[in-house]
Amino acid sequence: MKQYGGVIKPKTKRAKRFLDNRAPKLTENVKNAMIMKGGNTSMTVTQALKDIYALKKPSAVLYKKKNIARPFEDSTSLEFFSKKTDSSLFLFGSHNKKRPNNLIFGRLFDFHVLDMIELGIEKYNSLSDIKSSKCPEGTKPMLVFAGDAFDHENEHKRLKSLLTDFFRGPVVPSVRLAGLEHVLHFTALEGKIYMRSYRSLLKKSGCRTPRIELEEIGPSFDFILRRTHLASDDLYKTAHKQPKALKPKKKKNISHDTFGTKFGRLHMQKQDLAKLQTRKMKGLRKRRGPAAAAVVAGETSLKTTEVE
Amino acid sequence: MAACSIEDLLAKAEQDEAEKLKSITVQKELDLEFDIGNLVAYDKNRIDIRQFREQKKEDFLRSLARDNTQLLVNEIWKHPTERVEEVIVVKLPEPTTPLPREKPPPKPRPPTKWEEFAKLKGIQKKKKTNLVWDDVAKNELHRLRNIARAQKIKVPGVGLTPTAQQSKTDLARAVNVAKSSTASAGKFQDRLPKEKAPRNTGKKRKFQPVIGNFSNEKQRQLDLLKVLDSKKPRLDVNKAVNKQMREDDREESAAKFKKGGKKGRKGGNFSGKGKGGGGKGKGKGRAGGKGQGPPSGKKGAGKPGKR
Repeated sequence: MKQYGGVIKPKTKRAKRFLDNRAPKLTENVKNAMIMKGGNTSMTVTQALKDIYALKKPSAVLYKKKNIARPFEDSTSLEFFSKKTDSSLFLFGSHNKKRPNNLIFGRLFDFHVLDMIELGIEKYNSLSDIKSSKCPEGTKPMLVFAGDAFDHENEHKRLKSLLTDFFRGPVVPSVRLAGLEHVLHFTALEGKIYMRSYRSLLKKSGCRTPRIELEEIGPSFDFILRRTHLASDDLYKTAHKQPKALKPKKKKNISHDTFGTKFGRLHMQKQDLAKLQTRKMKGLRKRRGPAAAAVVAGETSLKTTEVE
Repeated sequence: MAACSIEDLLAKAEQDEAEKLKSITVQKELDLEFDIGNLVAYDKNRIDIRQFREQKKEDFLRSLARDNTQLLVNEIWKHPTERVEEVIVVKLPEPTTPLPREKPPPKPRPPTKWEEFAKLKGIQKKKKTNLVWDDVAKNELHRLRNIARAQKIKVPGVGLTPTAQQSKTDLARAVNVAKSSTASAGKFQDRLPKEKAPRNTGKKRKFQPVIGNFSNEKQRQLDLLKVLDSKKPRLDVNKAVNKQMREDDREESAAKFKKGGKKGRKGGNFSGKGKGGGGKGKGKGRAGGKGQGPPSGKKGAGKPGKR
């Protein structure tokens, strides 16, 4: 029987399947997010947490009770919760005088905190405020990050990666064209980050690609960047290490030239050129007596053939 | 002249194309970067702050979002599509943005005791294929049939002939056959504590449906009447005679073989052979023991056709 960290040894097949699902794997599951409230929360914060939970359903858990914890100081309770629910993303909402309407987005690696970014809500329109028909839950959203800050500033770069990780949903090999409904748009401007959520309508255009019309649906936030706790470079690097098995296998003996022609290499054994089987030409047959030189097409041991 | 018109045509064609694509083209300073595997687009263009302040914030953001989404959708539509169960899906490539993993990559688990032993002994894993056409069983069956024909005893049924690899079903069938080959056809055989009764046994009778094909039924009844009426025997005389002759030939050849092969043998062997032969299957009532039984009185045509 496999050792499961020595803590729990599964006695049923169902338990074993459950533990295998949570164990480290080559291709990982969708990241679960835990959404929790801090010691003191305002209406804005609770509503915001509920809305983001709606966006992130079903791979999210929303805790109803308040947790007296400060992620920036002590992250042990967060790590404990993440181990319990097998979540590697979290969203912690709190409210106090110094930092009103505070949201902390974070992610964990191996159940230890990797990155944490604190965003303050300046303006907020909830899902229920904006009256329109919503997208079905679980649709994979399209994400757009606009603004050069996302490219130049380090913290914004991490924030971009964190938000992509948070909202992207499961990684799928193909997507239904008509199902590309949800768009999340993040704009970084003047130190503020504007998050808008739209529903895209695919309208007929003259050609195959449709024309997009947007209709605002979901929650809209005006964030301001507050504290950050970013992972050290080597921890970040370790977290990005992909197992070797996932690397695409290189096909040997195939090469492409500049025109795009595909070339293949064949390796032949050494052949006795004198005994080579070619077309039988009576005139070239070996005669007893003054022998005529045999004309044989010279083929080297390494052939390069053009493969279409 | 012609050249002019060609130029005009080309220009017109271009114009038409541009018109068509007008609704989906977006002008941007810098091209966006895409990660289609994650459905993400990165717009690195500088945002004009003045324009942002002049317009209403929401409208500015909405138009920016619309343009960026249009470009993203254009990019997505460039990828190959396929039809899966009446739905058109687009095949996405691998995601390109490197995102951190959730947990570290799995460590190779330590080899189990058996794996270590196998490595030590040099035992390799043999892959067992799922279903293999069992030629051995077929051959075995034919071989026994030939023997039976030569010795004039019936061949045992399925499952009783030993084969190389007997599957669970074969063994089960053999058990069932063995169980029901008692004097009372297995009715009073005890079962093992947890054994379940076999459910597929029993005679199968097939009846015609009550109201079915009327013409068929009529035809069948008429044929029956015809047979009843005719005074000819329902026996193909030729066939019966040939069959009888063949059996006689067989008996003769078997007898000759026996006589020739058993020159030096003791009599005791005969009985052993007879018993063995009879025990093998539903013996044909060989007159066991020494010597041959009297040839059973077989007369020609009058007998009803043997099965």
